[in-house]
Amino acid sequence: MGQRLIIEAGRSERQYWRDLWRYRELFAFLAWRDILIRYKQTAVGVAWSLVRPFLTMMALLLVMKIGKLDSGGSPPALFVFCAMLPWQFFSTALSESGTSLVNNANLISKVYFPRLVVPASSVITSFVDFLIAAGFAGLLLVWYRFLPPANIVFLPFFVLLTFGASFGAGLWISALMVKYRDFRFIVPFIVQFGLYAAPVLTMTGHVSEKWRLLYSLNPVVGIIDGFRWCILGGQNLIYWPGFTSSVIGVTLLVWTGLWYFRKTERKFADLI
Amino acid sequence: MSNVIIKAENVSKLYHLGQKAVKGDGVRHILEYVFRNPAKWLRQRRAAGRAKPEEFWALKDVSFSVNQGDVVGIIGRNGAGKSTLLKVLSRITEPTTGRIEIDGRIASLLEVGTGFHGDLSGRENIFLNGAILGMTKVEIKRKFDEIVAFSEIEQFLDTPVKRYSSGMFVRLAFAVAAHLEPEILIVDEVLGVGDQAFQKKCLGKMDEVARGGRTILFVSHNMAVMRQLCNKGILLNHGQVMKSGTIGEVVDTYLAAGVEHEGHWQRQTPVPNKGHIYLEAASVFNSNGVMSGHLACTEDFTIEVKTQANAAFGKAQIALSIINKEGVIVMTTCNSDTARKYLPITAGKHTYRVKVPGNFLAPDTYYLKIVAHEPYVELHDITESTVSFRIEDVGSLRSVFNDARVGMVEPVLEWTDTHEGSGEAK
Repeated sequence: MGQRLIIEAGRSERQYWRDLWRYRELFAFLAWRDILIRYKQTAVGVAWSLVRPFLTMMALLLVMKIGKLDSGGSPPALFVFCAMLPWQFFSTALSESGTSLVNNANLISKVYFPRLVVPASSVITSFVDFLIAAGFAGLLLVWYRFLPPANIVFLPFFVLLTFGASFGAGLWISALMVKYRDFRFIVPFIVQFGLYAAPVLTMTGHVSEKWRLLYSLNPVVGIIDGFRWCILGGQNLIYWPGFTSSVIGVTLLVWTGLWYFRKTERKFADLI
Repeated sequence: MSNVIIKAENVSKLYHLGQKAVKGDGVRHILEYVFRNPAKWLRQRRAAGRAKPEEFWALKDVSFSVNQGDVVGIIGRNGAGKSTLLKVLSRITEPTTGRIEIDGRIASLLEVGTGFHGDLSGRENIFLNGAILGMTKVEIKRKFDEIVAFSEIEQFLDTPVKRYSSGMFVRLAFAVAAHLEPEILIVDEVLGVGDQAFQKKCLGKMDEVARGGRTILFVSHNMAVMRQLCNKGILLNHGQVMKSGTIGEVVDTYLAAGVEHEGHWQRQTPVPNKGHIYLEAASVFNSNGVMSGHLACTEDFTIEVKTQANAAFGKAQIALSIINKEGVIVMTTCNSDTARKYLPITAGKHTYRVKVPGNFLAPDTYYLKIVAHEPYVELHDITESTVSFRIEDVGSLRSVFNDARVGMVEPVLEWTDTHEGSGEAK
């Protein structure tokens, strides 16, 4: 017969983490579904994952040329693209996981599964886009005959950090959005504004010292710096206080995100 | 020796129906409202401050136990709490108080086609839906051919589901769900889908599942199906368990409980002020004009419906359905029928009378369902299972001939006979 299940108000689900493992296939299926439907009935298909970063890069390059912005010794295209890589991942993961619960309202009100599966699987779809864009970055490196420094071995760590930032923020926003639909408007705003608040076009080195720490409270700053340090090296240095605050910030984001999500999860089906 | 597989103790579920201070939410609406009519807004705000959010107990102190292998029918009026109970058992929503112990894997089928995505093909949706319902990929692969055969959509397997007809969609969805193999299956009113042939297939499958020793909790409004599939029943009324026992007992209690007065019903609550048409009373009169709940099968009878229309409507309809003891709707008749178009209804009190011919309905107990509505626009008022009457056998065809004549209606029809040949009758 197996284990006995007890349903009671407020009962902390010790079973929850075991359930998550049991539902790991659903997690994969939801990610697979989202990736499939993205490109169904499109003529260009998966190529859209490449076109988007490419076009954004061209636009930003143009801005840099016109503004005569300094790219710190590396080819401007690479400079911009290295920042765009994590930024695109973070921003699309944020938008998609933020709305993931509300978009899957029909599932949440009719089927049981640990709800954590939903925002988690939507981060995965953005990760797939990230991998494609990373492939494109590799092509760029070959084009510019640019050899990355030894720091590149640390890149997976920064990818993990971006993952964490997206997942943590996604948990918060998806849980909040169930109750307060205002976030539907707030998230696109953050994403648009964030492009300027993050050092995509500039080097963080250019921010004056007294603002630097405050600026680095935005975890994406540390991540972008890290990406540039790993791939380009040279003038792109790690600002250690900023880096530490990024790591702490992301850890806090994920930890509190999980706490809030689990706390409000039991009301999802009633509110959604 | 049967063992308890589900045990529920004092389960309750409370919903808060919040009140809004002003119509519509959002700052813009509030600002608009304030500037248009400040006095009204102030008055409403003060009133809203005093009122408590409404509390609604969807379930209150529900306790029951289910043994392994039982097929339990959960019966009740609309709004009795059946779906809420299923949601609580499926862990979709938490109970407010109470405790449930479950000793087996549950699979819930609360809706047909949950998670189906229009852009994906039938094949892809089978995997997706199966995963959502809790099947593993290995399980789905193993049963794939069976599922496709059951759904009868082989040739459309690779077309996107959004191109399917509604019948195909529903057949595929049910086919996936029918192949679940949990220890406990919870099904919510999803069997009434598809055409006759498919419905029969679904019922057959459900029967098979039941005979396989699985425990099933089943919600439906079709009493005939309930009696056929289930062995036990639970009757819910306003969130509480009114009766639990064998399915026969529970169905009979359900049908009897709805009846308030034989041959007559009077509205208990005052007519609301809203600009709608409200039903006030309904009565049955025999051929002598006397109000009665017992009518001779050979005689005409009249049904009278009294309404109050708080406003005039260009197109409104009063519809009356006669429903037999099994819950089957024998016929529906409306005030618009002879005119063959929807009629206007003026404001004020109306008394409608419709004559039902004798030698028509078979002897049985019947219930009325009366609806006042604007067709396809809005339902104004409804009363169901509140008037009952019996058609008594005072010389029906079946009694005269003593034949086991079956049928919901028993009209006496004229037969003619034209014959050829010169043979004499022996």
